[in-house]
Amino acid sequence: MLYLECPYCGVKGEETEFHAGGEAHLKRFGPGSSDQEFESYLFARENPKGVHFERWRHVNGCGKWFHAARCTASLEVFGTYSAQTTEPPKAIKDAISAKRPGWRWRDFS
Amino acid sequence: MRKYSVFAVAREALRDHTGWDRAWPNAAPKKRYDVIIIGAGGHGLATAYYLGKNFGITNVAIIEKGWLGGGNTGRNTTIIRSNYLQDPSAAIYEKSRSLYETMSQDLNYNVMFSPRGVMMLAQTEHEKRGYLRTAHANKLQGVATRFIGPEEVKKLVPIINLHGPRYPVLGALWQERGGTARHDAVAWGYARACAAMGMDVIQKCEVTGITKENGRVTGVNTTRGDIACDKLGVVVAGHTGVLADMAGFRLPVESLALQALVSEPIKPCMDVVVMANTVHGYMSQSDKGEMVIGGGTDGFNNYTQRGSFHHIEETVRALVETFPMISRLKMLRQWGGIVDMTGDRSPILSKTPVEGIFMNCGWGTGGFKAIPGSGWAMAELMAKGHSPLTEEFSMFRFREGKFIDESVAAGVAH
Amino acid sequence: MMRIRDIGPAVSFTWDGKRLQGQVGDTLASALLANGQRVVARSFKYHRPRGIFTVGSAEPNALVTIGSGAAQDPNIRATVQEIYPGLEARSQNRWPSLGFDILAINDLASPFLSAGFYYKTFMWPRSFWEKLYEPFIRRAAGIGALSGQHNADHYEKAFAFCDLLVIGSGPAGLAAALEGARAGARVILAEDDARMGGRLICDNALLNDAAAGDWVDAALAELAAAPNVTLMPRTAVTGAYDGGTFGAIERVGLHLPHQPELPRETFWRISARRAILATGAIERPIAFANNDRPGVMMASALRSYLHRYGVAAGQQVVIFTNNDDAYASARDLEGAGVQVTLVDARADAVAPAGFAGRFIAGAQVCDTRGRMGLRAVQLRHGDGRTEWTRADCLGLSGGWNPSLHLACHMNGKPQWDEGLSAFLPVPGMVPGLDYAGAANGQYDTAACLAAGQTRARAALGDLGLSLPAAADLPKTPQAAARPMLPLWQVPGKSRAWLDFQNDVTTKDVALAARENYTSVEHMKRYTTQGMAPDQGKNSNVNALAVLADVTGRSIAQTGITTYRPPFVPVSLAALGAGAQGAGFAPQRFTTSDAASRAMGAPMIEAGLWYRPSYFPQAGETHWRQSCDREVGYVRNAVGIADVSTLGKIDIQGPDAGAFLDFVYTNMFSTLPVGRVRYGLMLREDGHVMDDGTTARLGPDHYLMTTTTAAAAQVMKHLDFVRQAHCAQMQVAFTSVTEEWAQFAIAGPKARGLLQQLTGQALDGADWPFMACGPIALGDVQGRLFRISFSGEMGFELAVPARFGAALFDRLCDMARDLGGGPYGMEALNVLRIEKGFITHAEIHGRVTGFDIGMQGMLSRKKDFIGKAAASRPGLLEDGRELLVGLRATNGSLIAGARLFTQGSDAVRTADQGYITSVAYSPTLDASIGLGFLRNGRARMGEVIRVKDHLRGVDILAEVCNPVFFDPEGGRARD
Repeated sequence: MLYLECPYCGVKGEETEFHAGGEAHLKRFGPGSSDQEFESYLFARENPKGVHFERWRHVNGCGKWFHAARCTASLEVFGTYSAQTTEPPKAIKDAISAKRPGWRWRDFS
Repeated sequence: MRKYSVFAVAREALRDHTGWDRAWPNAAPKKRYDVIIIGAGGHGLATAYYLGKNFGITNVAIIEKGWLGGGNTGRNTTIIRSNYLQDPSAAIYEKSRSLYETMSQDLNYNVMFSPRGVMMLAQTEHEKRGYLRTAHANKLQGVATRFIGPEEVKKLVPIINLHGPRYPVLGALWQERGGTARHDAVAWGYARACAAMGMDVIQKCEVTGITKENGRVTGVNTTRGDIACDKLGVVVAGHTGVLADMAGFRLPVESLALQALVSEPIKPCMDVVVMANTVHGYMSQSDKGEMVIGGGTDGFNNYTQRGSFHHIEETVRALVETFPMISRLKMLRQWGGIVDMTGDRSPILSKTPVEGIFMNCGWGTGGFKAIPGSGWAMAELMAKGHSPLTEEFSMFRFREGKFIDESVAAGVAH
Repeated sequence: MMRIRDIGPAVSFTWDGKRLQGQVGDTLASALLANGQRVVARSFKYHRPRGIFTVGSAEPNALVTIGSGAAQDPNIRATVQEIYPGLEARSQNRWPSLGFDILAINDLASPFLSAGFYYKTFMWPRSFWEKLYEPFIRRAAGIGALSGQHNADHYEKAFAFCDLLVIGSGPAGLAAALEGARAGARVILAEDDARMGGRLICDNALLNDAAAGDWVDAALAELAAAPNVTLMPRTAVTGAYDGGTFGAIERVGLHLPHQPELPRETFWRISARRAILATGAIERPIAFANNDRPGVMMASALRSYLHRYGVAAGQQVVIFTNNDDAYASARDLEGAGVQVTLVDARADAVAPAGFAGRFIAGAQVCDTRGRMGLRAVQLRHGDGRTEWTRADCLGLSGGWNPSLHLACHMNGKPQWDEGLSAFLPVPGMVPGLDYAGAANGQYDTAACLAAGQTRARAALGDLGLSLPAAADLPKTPQAAARPMLPLWQVPGKSRAWLDFQNDVTTKDVALAARENYTSVEHMKRYTTQGMAPDQGKNSNVNALAVLADVTGRSIAQTGITTYRPPFVPVSLAALGAGAQGAGFAPQRFTTSDAASRAMGAPMIEAGLWYRPSYFPQAGETHWRQSCDREVGYVRNAVGIADVSTLGKIDIQGPDAGAFLDFVYTNMFSTLPVGRVRYGLMLREDGHVMDDGTTARLGPDHYLMTTTTAAAAQVMKHLDFVRQAHCAQMQVAFTSVTEEWAQFAIAGPKARGLLQQLTGQALDGADWPFMACGPIALGDVQGRLFRISFSGEMGFELAVPARFGAALFDRLCDMARDLGGGPYGMEALNVLRIEKGFITHAEIHGRVTGFDIGMQGMLSRKKDFIGKAAASRPGLLEDGRELLVGLRATNGSLIAGARLFTQGSDAVRTADQGYITSVAYSPTLDASIGLGFLRNGRARMGEVIRVKDHLRGVDILAEVCNPVFFDPEGGRARD
């Protein structure tokens, strides 16, 4: 089972308590955006084998959405953090670096 | 290639089977090929086979990082059907299904295509409405399906519980010529046929890079050296994202884990394939007697090819509700496969931003049934630059808003 | 075969209908052995007679059926099934009987039935495959059979949590559990067997110079007394999963006469912070000609049957070994008065001290005789000379394979150890799982005890627990084992079995290699090696050693197939416990549920809710009669419907209006307080997600209504948009669906009814169409909305849910007095179709606002979710299918029917659209419907062809405005 900790209510639970919401840190492109921007926002995905940043919702708990840093190859979770961020906080990046030196994800490393 | 037949088996029986050829030789990579296919799964091998058979292109290498047929081809629940709502989907899946009908003879390898019939249960009014629409669309598409009532369901599947207190069976979408095939045999049969045409099936050869010049593909770097090519087909299902990254573009694809299990073998008790989408469970009985059971996908990106806990529980819950008698069976083996899902849950068979590179991916949970049709269409696309079967499956359809969207129709995995 | 020592009181059971006696403590296998039952099963492919081969859960041969009728369980391992009074056991996969099995003819045909022969034949003529060949193959499929009856037994699912999970209770497991117990850790000790102790209770071993069983008893007593320890016998840990999760199956009632109140099995999910794999090792056989006869057994099993069950499995026993361990079996059997011949493949072997029987070094067993039970074995001496010797039992020992399956469940690969000729687990294969004892290649008792202790201490230390000093371990006799001689197969011409259950022989593996199925996975799949219910526990390593041999590779290069969960088969009933019947999914009931059922209303499910379909009255014989009558209530008098199932989301905050502007396509910030507005919500991909009305209850307070089906999805969506896109907004929302019971009161007399109920005038000036506000019903504070889903003068009255039942009764009574009454889903559907109101039949996920004619609601002035996508070229193309009304000109419309231009063929290329909803409108006395038609809005008045190929309908219909009734909407307004 995949275990996550909700950064809002502090509850740790297994995956059935949460709902996966896809890739995190997507910039929304609304009306007037180019084809490329529109596609990058709505469809193109990193889909990495390794370090990934995702949205999750604590659906059977507080209902809040949050972000998680996770390895898609091992299901290891490096940390969870607020959904109201445009990039992972330093503590999360450091936690990843400690376990996956040299990782990269989009412009983050 | 020595032909397989009952006479050949009889002849070999008399000399302890010492005279059989290798099904395919162990090829070492040459310096250059006209076409390289990455991925020796069903789709990759079928693409190569039809390149040779339909277009005479045989200077082809199919390279595989593990053993051929070791990805989703050898991990799926082998359901074959073509009862799709959307025209482009029905066209390619029905092409595929019809190729399955004669595959054993075409390949001279018994893939045991078993058209035992596929039944998709309608267990809510909403689902019933959807299947009625699909049955009707199929009628127009020339796909032989019909909507049957509960009595006929019971006649075809005597072990079913029609009156489940939660989800009674209201009817089913029935495709009589849908069924199953022996998954490994499909890969092996294509590999043998490709080798017989002079193609190289190269196993244990991992692609580490894709080389380009002026926006055009020139070859691949592999763990067994660099190989040049004019055209490159990438047919790697769950690992599509990794290869697309090497080629330098992103795809509207996400990789998820799909769960499956088999039961111990029991005496035949269910002749048809039953899919119950409302409760998420698919089941058929193999020729060995095992119940082959498919479950759902995780909702999150997952590259672990292993069994999970709760999906299997959920799937089994669904089955014991719908088939209370099989609950005395025991699960023998569970596993996971990596499937690649697109934004509209329909596949991509497409040219790419890099000239000479073609992608075949995004079959989601429905890849096995599509193997011959996908190979047929992909070969045409690679050989001629276009194919009527792939037109609507371009990777550029998403930015244009031309979704095919079977997901809403199917509701779940298909 | 005989019982040489009693182990408990007599128990009687039946075998193939024959009454036999066993003893308390017996497994079915030991009882059958004691009764001289040599053949207990037939093999899968060749239907060869087979006997009991092992002790414990790796058994490949002795699969039997237990019980009868609905309680029939197929494929039960006789070596695991404990006997109990009245146990009913039967052999399987044979016809007509175990002794005479017609399909044994397959054995004679075996030269033709080589590995994968079916891939090479059955192809001609094509039609014969499905008509003849496959049906024939299928008839032979399977081993046991299901009863065909529904399983009514009780199974359970349970959860457990611990610091240290110890898997296996042999010396290593007990030592590990004792450490955990003494450190105060929460310990679970799980053991597949009914009794704990592992090999210690199966061997005649000494600990502290006394019987090992004494030490086991003392250790178990200490563990049982520790409050922090849970002992779980009869519990097989079946799988290792991510996050320290383990699955386990407990046989709760399988060893007892049927007790309905007791679960048969319980499936456990165990969350463990650390785990120790102490599952021991599985002895492996040796392949040689006809090594599968009844009477051929594992050498260690002979010892177990002797010591634990008091049964000598033969009178003339040959033991064939390549290692020292089997010497103990030879000695012990001899001590029990059995005549033993010990054949050691090692040329330099010397007879064990005190062994008086015949000892032959450097020899091999190369063939056997005795179809229905072993009679003789053929020996080949070191000098090539062969001899036949009489034997009724042959014990094999080809060395041991650590039982490391669980360590491989997360795809980790074990490593080949040349010295031990075995695969060993490597650290880190499953996070948090360590290995101790024979499971880690430590075979002698002292090493097992020590490893159990040190590995447990390491794990407990990891968890930060403070550990008492390590206690002294019990003293073990000195044992100096000589190295084994790897021996996988004895050369020969006849078939030599590897996988007994699936009938895979060394020839099959060689053939696979010859045909280049040389990857272990290809070999496995081509030959079916290891794919039977025993998952090749005692054959996989032998098979890949044979494969390595024929391909000229080392075993390490050859590699190993992946072990998948579960370690032992797990019953689906336990895995899916609780799902049978109504327990499968939750049910949601409205406050009017009981009253509706009391009125005889058939209830139908809608998104877990149950809603009344219609309310039949005396004399009505068809649902349509009831439905038409109920439509009449609303059109002519007043009807009452429970609409509580619609999602209700309470939205508050200074930015509530701005937020709604962003999630709806139209404006809500401009909505006056006390007013309601219809809203359209898109997904970000431009398609309609849901629709509904939203009321403004105060300056910063809105109440959103969703459809019943989409309530949860909309809530999730709002949460997402709020947090991911509008983090700066001051707005909060909560679902209040269950808090309020809400009823529609619709019809020309609706206002009259409400006036009477509330004592208020509710006139058009104060309560115009689309007004809302609080209303008092006596002391109850309710809410009133003047909205209509029927096109009539309509209100929806909401009260706190606890008053719902009473209010519904009252409303129905009042409506009846006015010539109306309650109406159900069927009437509701007719009413909304007459008005062209859409539901999820229309907004089925693939339609846009443009498609349903609501393009005017897509605001040009603001951004909203789905706006960018809705303007993609693909979603605005000419020729899209658009919402229209249809009125049959002859016959009845049918949902799902396709639309074609009149006069054209009803073929795919001429397809113009489809019908989504239909109704017979009693108001208009017409068959009407809604549907999607290519360029439909430009085709009003056109007569089109409606064809349903499925049900043979072929009629004409006129395309019209989807609003059939009262298109100006005057009836709802005043």
